[in-house]
Amino acid sequence: MSSNVSDLLQDIEEKEANAYKEVEVHKDIELNYDLGHLLASDTNPLNLKELRSNTNSFLQKLTRDNCQLVVNKLYALQSKVIDGFQVAQLPAPITLLPRSKPVPKPKPPTKWELFAKEKGIQKKKKEKLVWDDVAKEWKPRYGFKRINSERDDWLIEVPDNNTDPNVDLFAKKVEEKKERIAKNELQRLRNIARAQKLKIPGTGGVLPKLSDTKEELAKVVSLAKSSTASLGKFEETMKDEKPVKRTKKRKYGDNFGDVKAETEKSLEILDHIQNKNPKIDIDKAVNSLISTEEKE
Amino acid sequence: MRPLTEDETKLVFEKLTKYIGDNVRQLLQRSDGNYCFRMQKDRVYYCSLRLMRLACNLSRKEIISLGTCFGKFTHSKKFVLHVTALDFLAPYAKYKIWLKPSAEQQFLYGNHVLKSGLGRISENTPRHYGVVVYSMADLPLGFGVAAKSATDCRHADPMSIVCYHQADIGMYLREEDTLI
Repeated sequence: MSSNVSDLLQDIEEKEANAYKEVEVHKDIELNYDLGHLLASDTNPLNLKELRSNTNSFLQKLTRDNCQLVVNKLYALQSKVIDGFQVAQLPAPITLLPRSKPVPKPKPPTKWELFAKEKGIQKKKKEKLVWDDVAKEWKPRYGFKRINSERDDWLIEVPDNNTDPNVDLFAKKVEEKKERIAKNELQRLRNIARAQKLKIPGTGGVLPKLSDTKEELAKVVSLAKSSTASLGKFEETMKDEKPVKRTKKRKYGDNFGDVKAETEKSLEILDHIQNKNPKIDIDKAVNSLISTEEKE
Repeated sequence: MRPLTEDETKLVFEKLTKYIGDNVRQLLQRSDGNYCFRMQKDRVYYCSLRLMRLACNLSRKEIISLGTCFGKFTHSKKFVLHVTALDFLAPYAKYKIWLKPSAEQQFLYGNHVLKSGLGRISENTPRHYGVVVYSMADLPLGFGVAAKSATDCRHADPMSIVCYHQADIGMYLREEDTLI
């Protein structure tokens, strides 16, 4: 009976030692940890003999040991209990990972941004709230319930005696705002068109640039000249100025035109085609030569 | 509807001369009245002057066809002959091919003509020239381009192509909806 108890105790001890052995892993060189990524790198040399003889079991054991080391480290970290689960708090990752997507290209600058850069104008931070002296309270600079809102205007003075008193100044204000919005939209589209190098309607494709070629300048000059009320009819030409070449408008012949002339022109074209063909029919000559040779 | 421009006329005539040679002149100078080429929706029509004048009363959108359609200009501005031109090509054809009865169906289904199906070929047919294809009973079946000159045909392998298919009367059924 006593032997039984001691056996049992020994058994239990052995099992405990085994369990402890599985948890504790010995390594000659300690692993490099990056717990933020749950990463550990093993720099210990591999046992090549064993790796070759029984690859699978060796790799499995190595992986298990290393995983065990990572898990050991995790248990050593500070932990919290969230919803009844113990959660380890990971430190910030050390290894830098490359991004999966390329770095986004910078947006093409708008016309204003270009101008501001040239003039050295910098953006100033403005407070969101502004003091309204009339209402005696802070109001947002823009947006709902903003300062100087049209909603606050219950009365608009007629500016002076010269203006027509029957004009609805409220409607005029709304109209002006609509126009400002439309202008902004147009400028936005122009910015897009400029960025994509499209032709911008209404400019005939000529916009001032830093480097205008001679042809481009000539185009601009001709466009400016023809942009008068009389389409440039009375514009003076400078000395040595060459007239601008214009592409001919495509014109088709008349359906009911001179039939004789039309036929004659067709015949002329036909003559031209046939004159192009060689006078000596080489194929025929070769063929006749072959046939005579065959007869011989 | 409009007359052809100079470049277009050139393309059309170049194609026609490959088939009927100098006989294009016969199409332009006819004893039975004045005929003309007109362009409508990229298609070239050959019609009498009287018919053209009548058709002018309709708007461009409403004209589906007038006279005989000779062919059309492709998107890349090349001229392609249609089967409908066969009626005018057959009587003036310079070079002809006659098919054996066994090869007729093959050709009418849109296949090239093989040496084995060749019944007769007009003498001195040069390579890459237009040929009109006939049945042995002298019924025009279509037209094509000679793949070999007449003398080369004699020595050719029976399975080699003698004439590339261009158009055949089977197209009236096969391409009923696109053919005008």
